[in-house]
Amino acid sequence: MRVAENLNAALHGVLEAHPTTYVIGEDILDPYGGAFKITKGLSSRFPGRVLGTPISEAGITGLAAGLALCGDAAIVEIMFGDFVALAFDPIVNFAAKSGSMYGSRVPMRMVVRCPTGGGRGYGPTHSQSMQKHFIGVPGLSVYEMSPLHDNRAVVGAMLASGEPSVFFEDKVLYTRTMFDVLEPFRYDMVAAGNAGVGVARVFLDDPEAADCVIVAPGGMVERATRAMRALLLEHEVTCCLYVPSRLYPFDIFDDADSPASPGSSLSASPGVQGSGAARLRAGLRAARAVLVVEEGTEGGTWGSEVAHRIHRLMWRELRRPVVQISSADSVIPAATHLESRVLVQESAIYDAVLEALRD
Amino acid sequence: MTESSAVLARPPLPDDGDLDLLLLIRHFELALLDLFGQGRIDGTTHTCLGQEYVPVSLRPLLGETDYVFSNHRGHGHYLARFEDPAGLLAEIMGREGAVCRGVGGSQHIFRDRYMSTGVQGESLPVATGVALHLKNTSPGSLACVYIGDGTWGEGAVYEALNIASLWRLPLLVVVEHNGIAQSTPTARQMAGTVRGRAEAFGARHYRVDTSDVTLIREELAPLVSEVRLENRPLVVEFATQRLGPHSKGDDTRPREVVRDAEAHDWYRRLAQADPRRFARADEAQRARVAALVEEVCARPQSRWDPCA
Ligand SMILES: Cc1ncc(C[n+]2csc(CCOP(=O)(O)OP(=O)(O)O)c2C)c(N)n1
Repeated sequence: MRVAENLNAALHGVLEAHPTTYVIGEDILDPYGGAFKITKGLSSRFPGRVLGTPISEAGITGLAAGLALCGDAAIVEIMFGDFVALAFDPIVNFAAKSGSMYGSRVPMRMVVRCPTGGGRGYGPTHSQSMQKHFIGVPGLSVYEMSPLHDNRAVVGAMLASGEPSVFFEDKVLYTRTMFDVLEPFRYDMVAAGNAGVGVARVFLDDPEAADCVIVAPGGMVERATRAMRALLLEHEVTCCLYVPSRLYPFDIFDDADSPASPGSSLSASPGVQGSGAARLRAGLRAARAVLVVEEGTEGGTWGSEVAHRIHRLMWRELRRPVVQISSADSVIPAATHLESRVLVQESAIYDAVLEALRD
Repeated sequence: MTESSAVLARPPLPDDGDLDLLLLIRHFELALLDLFGQGRIDGTTHTCLGQEYVPVSLRPLLGETDYVFSNHRGHGHYLARFEDPAGLLAEIMGREGAVCRGVGGSQHIFRDRYMSTGVQGESLPVATGVALHLKNTSPGSLACVYIGDGTWGEGAVYEALNIASLWRLPLLVVVEHNGIAQSTPTARQMAGTVRGRAEAFGARHYRVDTSDVTLIREELAPLVSEVRLENRPLVVEFATQRLGPHSKGDDTRPREVVRDAEAHDWYRRLAQADPRRFARADEAQRARVAALVEEVCARPQSRWDPCA
């Protein structure tokens, strides 16, 4: 199953299971089914709850917040994640704050979906990774789609949290296969953190004894695992990749774990090998290098937040500081030969791992 | 409305310069779709097939000191302003000689006083700032913004119109009302009318229902001078049609809707008006674009430094 189909199934699933759920966005109705076809079939099956809107990102995100305020659940599609900039106010100043600024908790079940990232030659206003702009907003969660996390569980967890979430979806992933990792690697799920979905680990044999740990969101899985394979074959370096579903709040290394949501398959029960967070930390401790990789451009990023948290939690136990890999501090050009010089490539990860292991 | 009157009147062909420009844009866009089809261009593009006459008719009404803000469907706007198909194609293909080094691509072009962006509605407030500057520094110049009917969904459009009217800014909004936004027909995204919205802010509105460039100029010339002389914002709404897909291969309109758009195509009308002269001009522009495509495709990749 392709990632797009899995996400589409997740949307079908919530609309079917919860008759008070809406899906809202530009050009999402059949037969068009959205710019990336993620909403295909929804409007035919659930007319009245799948709403094709005018080109009004601020308006429709505010509208979703209004539905959420009344107890409905609303999922907004921003056609290109770049345009979520237009919805910044309803997300940050309304939806995220309404959960708390009136002195008591107001649940807000809403998700803002953002097709994200470059690699398709769409140019500077259609290729950005806007995650960093939403990191550190109280009351707002940031998730990223991954080929290893079942979107049905992720969408369920975002809505169940009762807090607004922004869901970043690397566009390139849509055509990739779900639950599939590059040979010779395999993956498991570790229940760690309070996101309601586990952390995926991609590894060769022992996830807690790799030379190197790479922490990266879903959009980087393909590039990271390709680099991991080259490192293994060419240098016999083993890496373990951690893929969280929720990027913020980032709590996968903290101690207080809640059990992962039903439906996520865990490699072993936390009781057997200690808490999920403890197992993830054991991997960090054993590693000679830890890297955080993201596609967003350098400066004030999610990766900085992760590096900081790891440093704070286990500075004394690390062999060296966490290495951060981001795209260049630049606009993202349209021409593909220029675009590839800005965006993080597999080779940047490969080089950074070797460099980190050198000393 | 009077769409058919233009067809019935069968006006003579526009003069050679206009006809050539119309056909240049048409063949440029067709060549682009072809290049995409062959996988020789990456990314995306939005062609202005069917709407070429809009910027061509405005060409003599806009001067060098005027600013033009274009949108995602901007190839015709650019070609009518600069007649530089090689620079534009190089930009879209990321080749040497690209107007913006291949960084901007189809939707993000900046040259002299011409600028486009792929974010709907964003240009309008910017254009009011430019109009304010022009009003203060070179009275008589204006800021012109092209938007589609769908872009009236964006709140920025209204904030800008209000300020432009309130402060009497020389702003010309050209609305290419092609009846559809991506896949959404206007009736499903717009309550009321463009006229009603413009007039609500005290901006003047004028609707163009023909594709006859000579006629359009006659109608618009006095109105555009008023924008310059009286600093009164003007919204010109062209009732037009999109012949092609929104970008590429994504047309889900029923066949008859596309057929109807084709029936109003200026190309067909002009071809019938003077078949021989038209065919000569058509062939010349087709050949010009074909040669250009080969020439630009043979160029090396554009160069640009992310850190510079
Ligand atoms: C802020 C923003 N939202 C959405 C889009 C995606 N998009 C690109 S063109 C388009 C339709 C625009 O319709 P209209 O203004 O009628 O112009 P047309 O395409 O018909 O020329 C949409 C939704 C965008 N580019 N910018």
